Amino acid sequence: MATETTAADAANGAAHGAVEAGTCVGANGSAIGMPQLCADWIPNQIFWLVVTLGVIFFVLSRIALPRIGAVLAERQGTISNDIATAEELKLKAVAAERAYDEALAKARADANKIVAEAKADIQKELDAALAKADAEIAVKAAESEKRIAEISAGAMEAVAQVAKDTAGELVLALGGNADATAVAEAVSARLKG
Amino acid sequence: MAQEAHGEGSALVFHPLDQFIVKPLFGDGPVMWYTPTNVTLWMAIAVLGIVALFVYGTRGRAIIPTRAQSVAEVFYGFVYKMIEDVTGHDGVKYFPYIMTLFLFILFSNYFGLLPMAFTPTSHIAVTAILGFGVFIAVTLLGFVKNGPAFLGLFWMKDAPAVLRPVIAIIEVISYFVRPVSHSIRLAGNIMAGHAVIKVFAGFAAIAAIAPVSIAAIVAIYGLEVLVAFIQAYVFTILTCVYLKDALHPHH
Repeated sequence: MATETTAADAANGAAHGAVEAGTCVGANGSAIGMPQLCADWIPNQIFWLVVTLGVIFFVLSRIALPRIGAVLAERQGTISNDIATAEELKLKAVAAERAYDEALAKARADANKIVAEAKADIQKELDAALAKADAEIAVKAAESEKRIAEISAGAMEAVAQVAKDTAGELVLALGGNADATAVAEAVSARLKG
Repeated sequence: MAQEAHGEGSALVFHPLDQFIVKPLFGDGPVMWYTPTNVTLWMAIAVLGIVALFVYGTRGRAIIPTRAQSVAEVFYGFVYKMIEDVTGHDGVKYFPYIMTLFLFILFSNYFGLLPMAFTPTSHIAVTAILGFGVFIAVTLLGFVKNGPAFLGLFWMKDAPAVLRPVIAIIEVISYFVRPVSHSIRLAGNIMAGHAVIKVFAGFAAIAAIAPVSIAAIVAIYGLEVLVAFIQAYVFTILTCVYLKDALHPHH
């Protein structure tokens, strides 16, 4: 049946020219056999395929692929630049941290030194003040001793005077003749003795 | 075959192959080699799709890509890496050719999945041109790059000396079968999927089995979405393998 239709269509096509689409489509519009194997359509498909591939190749090789390649390369460059920058900044941060640590250690050392100096100064002042106080105390003590000595000397003299006066009075009271000089010598001899 | 199923007063009407008919876009005249047909239309749609994604989508040239640009970049990177991995670094200069094949097949397959669409890659005439084009280009390239040393591809140096001629014959046969399998694999997969969907659609005319039929169409359609990509991928990676043989014929 298919063969008959094909033959009829072929005859029809030959007779009427452009009435039928070809030998591969039946009168009711259905395919006869596999449309893939219809020889009438092959040149058309090949022609348009070649045109299509040419257009796609042109568009890709001239516009699309260089553009995407450039974008990817640029992005790669940006990424590696950014990574390098980040690396650099990290190094800087490490250096800054080290500098900070050093400064901190130095500040600590300075503070210790200042504390030690202040301590030494205070000690010196304290020593000086103690020395001065000791000296003053020594002076005061010496003065006091002198005064004590004076006072005790004065007391001895007063005792001697009192003794002489008392001896002279006693002599007078007993009826003797009180020679002041002799009494004084006698009292002095007694006091020494 | 379609003819017999049709008619006879049956409720079932199967025309699974009618979707592959090539028709003129304007009028009913004969299909001459230059006639604009539905082949032209759907190939043009594929071209427009590629231009939309790869030219319009990347117009910003942004460092931080838009969605369309990142899709284009994914395809670029996918094919580029495939060539680098399979063919080696000297295959990269054929990148635009391989990208052209990949994108044409991919976009034709996917636009062909739209209802009422025509799928150029379901036609052996189309895939045979692609397959034989790759075959002829790769063979010529092999001889141009390596001279007669290209024939070393068929001569296994590490095989026992007795077996070498036998292996050489098998290798030559397999080499010449490559373009046939390369093109029929693509056309066969696409055509079979589309025809099966149409057959299930024909069964939907019977109310009792319509739900089953529609579920089957959905399932097959999902499979076809995978097949559309996988076949484009397979065609491209095989092209890369053949190109590797041409550039490095010594195993």
